[in-house]
Amino acid sequence: MRLTLHVWRQAGPRAAGRFVRYDVPDASPDMSFLELLDVLNQRLITRREEPIAFDHDCREGICGACGMVINGRPHGPRRATTTCQLHLRSFRDGAELWIEPWRARAFPVLKDLVVDRSAFDRVIQAGGFISVRTGSAPEANSVAVPKQDADLAMDAAACIGCGACVAACPNASAMLFVAAKVSHLGLLPQGQPERARRVVTMVAQMDAEGFGACTNHGECMAACPKDISIDFIARLNRDYLKAVASGKPQAARANGGDG
Amino acid sequence: MAVTGGILFVFVVAHLLGNLKVFQGPEHFNAYAEGLRTVGAPFFGRGWVLWMVRSVLLASLFAHIWAAVGVTRASWRARPVAYRRLDLVETTYAARTMRWGGVIIFVYVVYHLLDLTFGRVNPSFVPGDVYHNLVASFQRWPVSVAYIVAMVVVGLHCYHGLWSALQTLGLHRPPTVAWRRGVAGGIAAAITAGYVAIPLAVLGGVVR
Repeated sequence: MRLTLHVWRQAGPRAAGRFVRYDVPDASPDMSFLELLDVLNQRLITRREEPIAFDHDCREGICGACGMVINGRPHGPRRATTTCQLHLRSFRDGAELWIEPWRARAFPVLKDLVVDRSAFDRVIQAGGFISVRTGSAPEANSVAVPKQDADLAMDAAACIGCGACVAACPNASAMLFVAAKVSHLGLLPQGQPERARRVVTMVAQMDAEGFGACTNHGECMAACPKDISIDFIARLNRDYLKAVASGKPQAARANGGDG
Repeated sequence: MAVTGGILFVFVVAHLLGNLKVFQGPEHFNAYAEGLRTVGAPFFGRGWVLWMVRSVLLASLFAHIWAAVGVTRASWRARPVAYRRLDLVETTYAARTMRWGGVIIFVYVVYHLLDLTFGRVNPSFVPGDVYHNLVASFQRWPVSVAYIVAMVVVGLHCYHGLWSALQTLGLHRPPTVAWRRGVAGGIAAAITAGYVAIPLAVLGGVVR
């Protein structure tokens, strides 16, 4: 199949970027989207041109490394699919594709389609530790977890931190990511001791990173390759209000302890 | 946003219920307007409660705008380089028009106060005869059309605002998922329909 690509090329963080057109006349519908870029890059290298930089790692949809905006949709047109799991059969022959990096102040472009997502790492770090008994493994049934809580926690834990939620949000807000991370620990007994402190510090870090404010468009949910629901955002807001009302995070700061 | 929006929403509903008394005729409607000034008597003096409510509303309105400006600025700052194209697939027309809709509502409220509260732009303002003032104003069709447009915007704003508030306040739990949008939409549609009925009745000669 024949594809026309317009790829965002940007030499470095401070360089100006622009779209460059590439024609791929012989793509296979069975290729993944990243394989398409691999093939194109190989040709660029043979022509002694700079290959297109893009993030990728596991290529089986579970690591969260890959991601680009394809024709206005993060991870492309298929619901609940990462870019690496997107195949060219999702596009029609002769399609014209515009490929852009995630665009957010908190995710600066490093090169071409690669963005720096360490803002997410800092949000996770702000969440801190959980108090668990280390040493020998406890008996599995000693801590009972209701089935529906376990399922819900698992849904939240499915987040791979790819950043598509931020990319899709008209406000470039990271609420869905933070909601998933806060909820997956908040739903489990092991996450309870630091629950109040964790939600407050993670939200504070999210704001400090310069993400936008959530206005409940729901675009994040549509772009999420793991189909995480905005119900978790309501849960995050509820946890946050409860935590602030409980006074625990403030007390922890006043006592000089970081939790 | 959610708390001040909630206060303003209560006002929008109460104002509608009060305004619908216009269909009961001039005596009832003017008596209602007078009643707003004598609420709480004899404990409160004339107009005290009205001004207390007005000050809460005014404070809520400006807090709502202040919060909206903050949210909007944060969002605009958060994406300095725009996409060539960003496909929106999940959002609604109501959600996308919250900002400009809010501006339209504010401009409309200013005009509305000048028209029917202060009487500055009313064709024949009679203090105390709110029924007459209302009919005099709505008999001019451009005023009625502007009112109807503003009320549609209010409806859209309330629709997205209502279910958003459930998100923001964390009130929305799994059992509400199925009906939250429907209920928010139904309430918003009822509000718009109720308000729009008034100028239509004036233009149609039902309310004279």
